[in-house]
Amino acid sequence: MTLTEPLTSAPAPEARKGYWAGVAGRLARDPVSMLCLAVVAALILAAIFAPWLGLADPYKGSMIARLKPIGTPGHILGTDEQGRDMLARLIHGGRLTLFIGLMPVVFAFFIGSILGVVAGYVGGRLNTLIMRVVDVFFAFPSVLLAIAISGALGAGIVNSLVSLTIVFVPPITRVAEAVTSGVRSLDYIDAARATGASALTVIRVHVIGNVLSPIFVYATSLTSVCMILAAGLSFLGIGVRPPEPEWGLMLNTLRSAIYVDPWLSALPGVMIFVTSLCLNLLSDGVRSAMNVRD
Amino acid sequence: MTDKLLEIDHLTVRFKGARTIHAINDLSLSLGEGETLALLGESGSGKSVTLKALLRLLPPKRTEIEGDIRVGGTDILRLSGRSLQRYRGGDVSMVFQEPALALDPVYTVGAQIAETVMRHKGVSRSEAMEVALDMLKRVKIPSPERRLQNYPHELSGGMRQRVMIALALACRPRLLLADEPTTALDATVQIQILLLLRELQKEFGMGVIFVTHDIGVAVEISERIAVMYAGQIVEEGTTREIIKDPRHPYTRGLLAANLHDVARGERLAAIPGAPPALETRPASCSFAPRCALAGPDCRAGLPPVVTPAPRRRVACLRADEAVPAE
Repeated sequence: MTLTEPLTSAPAPEARKGYWAGVAGRLARDPVSMLCLAVVAALILAAIFAPWLGLADPYKGSMIARLKPIGTPGHILGTDEQGRDMLARLIHGGRLTLFIGLMPVVFAFFIGSILGVVAGYVGGRLNTLIMRVVDVFFAFPSVLLAIAISGALGAGIVNSLVSLTIVFVPPITRVAEAVTSGVRSLDYIDAARATGASALTVIRVHVIGNVLSPIFVYATSLTSVCMILAAGLSFLGIGVRPPEPEWGLMLNTLRSAIYVDPWLSALPGVMIFVTSLCLNLLSDGVRSAMNVRD
Repeated sequence: MTDKLLEIDHLTVRFKGARTIHAINDLSLSLGEGETLALLGESGSGKSVTLKALLRLLPPKRTEIEGDIRVGGTDILRLSGRSLQRYRGGDVSMVFQEPALALDPVYTVGAQIAETVMRHKGVSRSEAMEVALDMLKRVKIPSPERRLQNYPHELSGGMRQRVMIALALACRPRLLLADEPTTALDATVQIQILLLLRELQKEFGMGVIFVTHDIGVAVEISERIAVMYAGQIVEEGTTREIIKDPRHPYTRGLLAANLHDVARGERLAAIPGAPPALETRPASCSFAPRCALAGPDCRAGLPPVVTPAPRRRVACLRADEAVPAE
């Protein structure tokens, strides 16, 4: 037994890669995830820089150039029922759609994590109170809940954000609570307390640190659902108001043109489909890249 | 005999719930500065509960604690808030049984040791990392500089336990509680960890309570042994006294039930029966149902505590009976 002799005492040969570098490396080796990441990134970048891309005015219509088919010179993706350029409207529409599709998940991530971690760590009556209230929201299908809240609040972007956030807080809270109560009973929480950490330090450092990545992964899987719901609200006329370009709304207004040019009226739907599919596959990729623990 | 570092007086711990569990019943124990005591007993005899009570880690809502626990004169059952946090990890710290579970998987071991040091000593992060490095050297981890940056899952079981010990000793506690720190390790690593703990104990001069169910381990590490059964200490004495002259029938049974000197094919010596359920507070000797020597008087009331020598005690009516034959 050689206890005293260190086997090697040389310092680390190269700087150790952090956890996130490892995740990124594994993600980069997954072609499907990388493709989806590229598509999502392109959509987001296009949406952000839409006003500077030299596109046609998405609001300006033309009575004589209505419902031009895909491939018309000057209007590569055709024009809609008011003669507005489809390409410009789709790209500008991405701004609102992605914004309303992603922000509620971000808000819900913060609110739900806080509620869930507190419920899971404190337990007892507070847990019962929070989780039973959450259960009430779970009683409704998410689409129905979003429509009901939006309908009550009235149309508009802010109201859509509020209603979608309310829809996504319960599932995130539930996941956060489940993960937290699992972590809470582990030895290292006791060990941290045994070294004199206060309850706040234990939550902040040891609980949040271990709980955040599963909640985060779950939240990313909700973004595609949220986008579809947001588009659905606009489609039903209780989301974004008409002059604004938004994919769900565009799908609604082009509905009547489906007999004239089905391809054209399917375009916003294609955008919604591609975006949510890519978000879903990407979150799956992130999930498997992050789950590697050994 | 040195000053008392730890004094436990008539400690009783009950867990309430659907059924009440009488985990610890009227336990008294004392430990001097720099003494090493092994708390020996089988699963469910209350060893770990005793340690957790010492650190006040038991869930307060479901636990009833009576009695007195004093560490260096301070009544720790009255501590709260800041003073409790200073006490935990500062005066007393603990090494857990399963190092894989007791280290937080998302932080490097260096960060975890430094966190504790910063909390108790109020030093900067870089100074705390220096302390962490020094501690890793003291627990003899190979290439400590590199290990600081490792996550717990990157280390072997033995190394994790060394890290755990480094973490527990980083703030120089006066009392170290070790909850079966070698049980989860394989035999060769076990002895290394034991030797390390013994060495560090001498170096730092701290008191150690070492919980184990392995008599061999207890003999290896401790000066004194207290044998626990069903939430009570049934026998206490120096290691030599317990091994050479066990008085309680349970201790004798434990000593007889080892695997050495057993011929192949021979039945192993064992204590018949199973430990009692702890749902009621014992009114008579808890060991009587399994005891070969038990008579009606054993079942009539709690056994007296006999003290054949200073700091030696046996909770048995038959303690003085000459029963050496083996």
